[in-house]
Amino acid sequence: MKDVITSPKLHDCRDAFVAVLERLGADNPKVVAVCNDSVGSSKLGGFKSKWPERLVNVGIAEQNMVGVGAGLANGGLLPFVCGAACFLTGRSLEQIKADIAYSNANVKLIGISSGMAYGELGPTHHSIEDFAWTRVLPNLPVIAPCDSIETAAAVEWAAHYEGPVFLRLSRVGVPDLLPPDHKFELGRANLLRDGDDITLVANGTLTHRMLKAADILAEQGIGARVLNMATVRPIDVDAVVAAARETGAILTAEEHSTFGGLGSAIAEFVVAEAPVPMKILGVPGIFAPTGSAEFLLDEFGMSPAAIAEAAVALIARKSSRA
Amino acid sequence: MQPNDLDRIARQIRLRDLQAVFEAGAGHIGGEMSAIDILTALYFRVLRIWPDQPKHPKRDRFVLSKGHVALALYVTLAKRGFIPEEEIGTFLKPHSRLNGHPNCNKVPGVETNTGPLGHGLPVAVGMAKAAKLTGANYRTYVMTGDGEMQEGSNWEAIASAAQFGLDNLTLIIDHNRFQQGAALKDTNNLAPFPAKLEAFGWDVTEINGNAMDEIVPALERRGERPHCIVAHTNKGHGISFMQDKVDWHHKVPNAEQYEIAAAELSEAL
Repeated sequence: MKDVITSPKLHDCRDAFVAVLERLGADNPKVVAVCNDSVGSSKLGGFKSKWPERLVNVGIAEQNMVGVGAGLANGGLLPFVCGAACFLTGRSLEQIKADIAYSNANVKLIGISSGMAYGELGPTHHSIEDFAWTRVLPNLPVIAPCDSIETAAAVEWAAHYEGPVFLRLSRVGVPDLLPPDHKFELGRANLLRDGDDITLVANGTLTHRMLKAADILAEQGIGARVLNMATVRPIDVDAVVAAARETGAILTAEEHSTFGGLGSAIAEFVVAEAPVPMKILGVPGIFAPTGSAEFLLDEFGMSPAAIAEAAVALIARKSSRA
Repeated sequence: MQPNDLDRIARQIRLRDLQAVFEAGAGHIGGEMSAIDILTALYFRVLRIWPDQPKHPKRDRFVLSKGHVALALYVTLAKRGFIPEEEIGTFLKPHSRLNGHPNCNKVPGVETNTGPLGHGLPVAVGMAKAAKLTGANYRTYVMTGDGEMQEGSNWEAIASAAQFGLDNLTLIIDHNRFQQGAALKDTNNLAPFPAKLEAFGWDVTEINGNAMDEIVPALERRGERPHCIVAHTNKGHGISFMQDKVDWHHKVPNAEQYEIAAAELSEAL
């Protein structure tokens, strides 16, 4: 497999988001974008120039932004509420709970620059808690696409899904991994590589690192299954249980705290349905130090080589149980 | 419908509300009594609504942001034909859809779920903005408590309503001067409200919020800016011993108090 980490063809998933949004906007006058002064960081300039009236900028006021989104949906519109994931989820979590999830409002929440995309800006701007905060809310699918193809497919899907959605996007460049005609299915993981010795599960910016780790493992004669699991809620229980039963060990990695995110969501089902050794990679429950997103992912043991090492250690635990 | 008829309906709603609080052993009776005249004027005179088509796209929107007085809304909706009147007897009972705060996915006529304070006005701004974007001519009304105005999200919404030029939005502040634990003035005194709203670019009308002949014209007023009605009301209005007593925010009358209150409300029917 080509070196996907250093591949020159890296894509900013925001571009895929706005390309689809503008196409949807051209087809459907009910599509509106709502933002918190984030026209630039949400890449909504093109949408604004085409339909200035349909770009509802509430200013720096995230609680109002989410409430306004719910009201726009009540009035028959299809709002995409965009803001930096750290502020969209953290500042307005109660609005997301009451106005969006509990009210079952047809609002698409787009968390931009999630994870540690704003690495150097520090923990105030890191969004490594958002899976935990959002995935406990009923009615709210939580989705973190792995590349520009999945981003485009997920935005297209969200526009046609009747109900709230939280879509967690990054600005960190990622290579395309899924086939160009990929169709997004909620709660369905994608098998990117098969193997019998261990399953590696990731989403967002970590999926391509998992593929690279699987390459390293293959050189050692270890067959790693790689699942891209964009949907954190609802979890693809069938894929998780099959992974546990067929490979006997599950290693997860995410641009999120190790508390309450993708790994935790998987562990909830592994424990109940098919207990096997697991390891959850992520930010280990601390405020991260200064550094770029790529630096921090490496720092917290999520370089391909470190993931491969963690996989080998996990497989050893599996063997010791036998 | 004329003010005298509306007054009669308001008293009937008050009496049913009192009975339901007494039977359920819970409720927010003080704030319910202060708000019921305005709710009556909205649902029996001002709002363009179709009880048999609660999601009609042309309906006027009303958001009860002070969601803890849900019972007053339920009784009003029942009297107006959105839900069966006998269902009020299930208030707060296990599995009743009439819980302590309104649920838009279960109760016809409820537009959005409220309960945590400071949520209804931003949602109402979105509703009014949607009408502007789609060319719909429905109006949006939202009622907050005066203590609720301490939530900062309201002021985010107030600023954006003016920025968006929402002349189709009416905010009613139920200014009964008391919040849960104490008087507004002894807690975080935002009163007087009018100058603050005007400074944000709103038109303001001050009324006696328990007087139909002042409520109806204020609700029917049309202008060029978002409109705030500062409704001076009395907590516990209509029941002499509850009036302006902070204890009656969510106190429940005992049997003797219930008889006195019911008699007072029935006298005028």
